Amino acid sequence: MSELIKTVIQLLEDKTINVFIGYGKGTANRIRATFTRTAEQAELLIYNDACTQNLAGYLLKHEVKKLGKLGILANVAALRSMMQLASEFQIKDGEVLALFPNADGTFTEFTNFSSIEAYLETTDVGIKSGEQELITRLEAMSVKERWLFWNKEFEKCIKCYACRAACPMCYCHRCTTDVNIPQWIPVASHEIGNLDYHLMRAMHLAGRCVNCGECANACPMDIPLNLLTYQLIQPIQETFGATAGMKADAVYALSTYKPDDKENFII
Amino acid sequence: MQEFEPKIVAFVCNWCTYAGADLTGTSRIKYSANVKIIRFPCTGRIDFMILMKAFENGADGIIVSGCHPNDCHYSTGNFHARRRWIVFRNLLNFTGIETDRIQFSWVSAAEGFKWADVVNNTVLKIKEMGPNENYKKIAVSTLFNEEGATHE
Amino acid sequence: MEKELKILKYSDLPKLIERFRKQGYPVLAPVHKGKVVEIELVESLDAVALDVLLSTQSAKKVAFPKVEKVLDYTIGKTAVKQIPVNPEACLETILFGVRPCDASGFKSLDAIFGDTPKDELYLKKKEKTTIISFSCPTADEYCFCTSVGGGPGNTAGSDLQFTEISKDELLLEILTEKGAKLASIFAELLAEARKDIDKNKFLADVKVVFDVDSVVEKTTASFNNTDLWLEQSLRCIGCGACAFVCPTCACFDFQDEQNTKKGVRLRLWDSCGFSLFTLHTSGHNPREVQSQRWRQRIMHKFAYMPEQLKVVGCEGCGRCSRACPVDMNIKEHLTAIGEKVVV
Repeated sequence: MSELIKTVIQLLEDKTINVFIGYGKGTANRIRATFTRTAEQAELLIYNDACTQNLAGYLLKHEVKKLGKLGILANVAALRSMMQLASEFQIKDGEVLALFPNADGTFTEFTNFSSIEAYLETTDVGIKSGEQELITRLEAMSVKERWLFWNKEFEKCIKCYACRAACPMCYCHRCTTDVNIPQWIPVASHEIGNLDYHLMRAMHLAGRCVNCGECANACPMDIPLNLLTYQLIQPIQETFGATAGMKADAVYALSTYKPDDKENFII
Repeated sequence: MQEFEPKIVAFVCNWCTYAGADLTGTSRIKYSANVKIIRFPCTGRIDFMILMKAFENGADGIIVSGCHPNDCHYSTGNFHARRRWIVFRNLLNFTGIETDRIQFSWVSAAEGFKWADVVNNTVLKIKEMGPNENYKKIAVSTLFNEEGATHE
Repeated sequence: MEKELKILKYSDLPKLIERFRKQGYPVLAPVHKGKVVEIELVESLDAVALDVLLSTQSAKKVAFPKVEKVLDYTIGKTAVKQIPVNPEACLETILFGVRPCDASGFKSLDAIFGDTPKDELYLKKKEKTTIISFSCPTADEYCFCTSVGGGPGNTAGSDLQFTEISKDELLLEILTEKGAKLASIFAELLAEARKDIDKNKFLADVKVVFDVDSVVEKTTASFNNTDLWLEQSLRCIGCGACAFVCPTCACFDFQDEQNTKKGVRLRLWDSCGFSLFTLHTSGHNPREVQSQRWRQRIMHKFAYMPEQLKVVGCEGCGRCSRACPVDMNIKEHLTAIGEKVVV
């Protein structure tokens, strides 16, 4: 029995946690999220290179929370999501037990925020080089070419909101897109409806996105949505010195300011 | 052929730029008539979605203007606005929307001349850039039936 | 109409689309778009993705588009004048290269939109669409058409169906009057089919995994089985991907978009998986949690539709499961209902 399974069974027996959010075998070679409550279920837990989904999105799901004290298999993206959720008062310190998979196959237990913060200080949390390459390539295009690129991508969008549902930071009970007095974001998946929705989502995630990539993974039409939110990470870091998902008491970049914030376009 | 007259919408704060625009008027300074001014209590209140709506409803250009930093009537509204604009501009640029169509400025209640300059220069710039074709092509009004119905 | 069997040479297949286009028919077919396969207008056969298992999205958009104008209106001083869209004002269209599950999926939509009051916008478009399907030589682990009364060579809903019987030849089944009319455009390219051709030899093997009548009975009895629905839906995140790619899902929303003088009313796809789908104006939401919404999805397809419209609302195409970001697998869920629920 793997260390992971042993650990989880122990945690369940001690009643340290009532449910463990982890990974299990899915259809064909897919991996799916599992919600382990018994030793029998724990035997089905797996962890391998294909287990990349950011499970932190489930921490706020009502029916998951109702199952009791939460444990979660948290990779770096999930730990950062937890820090970001903590800074937005969505989870309390000590409320969630995170098991972090170390490179050597062991697991580290994080039971409080300060231990997670300490760990994240030592880790590379930057955008992966492949994605950075795509962003750089887009930035090298002319404005017109970028418009054509995004228009072509957004044409595929069917407004299924999988991106929103998969994102751990999109937890608003009434999303801006659902507000109908006034209807800020047209519901229809025509060009304006799609453009508005994606621009709005990127703005509402600016300074909060932890580059987990779940939005792009979730999209059934294969639109590179993560590039929209990722692209804002760099300017926010450079201009405001803020990085999302590192500290549980961080302040959201757009709800604070510095009197001498620099810009070069206001006359 | 009629020269292209851009439609500009200006979102301004009540305490500085709106008052400044008033001063432009009372000082009898002439400036381009292309701008429709919309008054907000503070630039901090201006949501980026409002700017998106302006483009969708036919604006060729937008001006967003408020009090100078440290002079905000509500102390910090324009600081928040500034951060928001920095981020929004980055996003628009990345998505391929011409950020030159939006002019951001600080115009105080005493700067009647400046307001006229901001408007005139913006109008000139947008005239050069031409109508906002990107948005015109995707406007919802393209769905409207051209058959007129009589008003009742 | 008695089914007619013909043979078409594979090398003649491009001519069909050429002739359809020459006669002015819009032709919609599966097309590669990056990693997904969409149903789009094509000009020639090279644009068609015939080599894929099936398209990412279903073909329902040909009669039930994702955004559809239903009326124009003008805002007058004392009244709003409405100009409804004329349902007849649609073109004779050809849907080419789709799979049997796409074609038979329309029977659910026909039942829903054909119920009272009749939805002419859908019905007229569907009437004017000729469906040319290709039977399935392959299937994957998500397919379960044979468990819901379909199959890789099912002809229900198709007007014409092609089956690849060799790399040079296709078997053509002319199934309906509409199909026969279209086939007359390329009649001289067709040869009589040899009597001994067994279509089944060229079809994928899709094993039956559950008895649909039993699953319908058990689903119908499970409304109050909260544990069942909870267990199945814990990982569901409540997006609309499954409903939107599904060939039989027909829920829709209306949105008015206007300026101060004119506007349009649009019909759009909606999904029962969305949290606000059943939100009342009072603020009460009878399906507040995801397990209730998951229950709705399964019961609508396997309890309510069979009961009210006499049709099972699922074609076993597996698109929902492939598109699902979190691997909700409907074949698994239905099999579990068949095995675990005791009536």
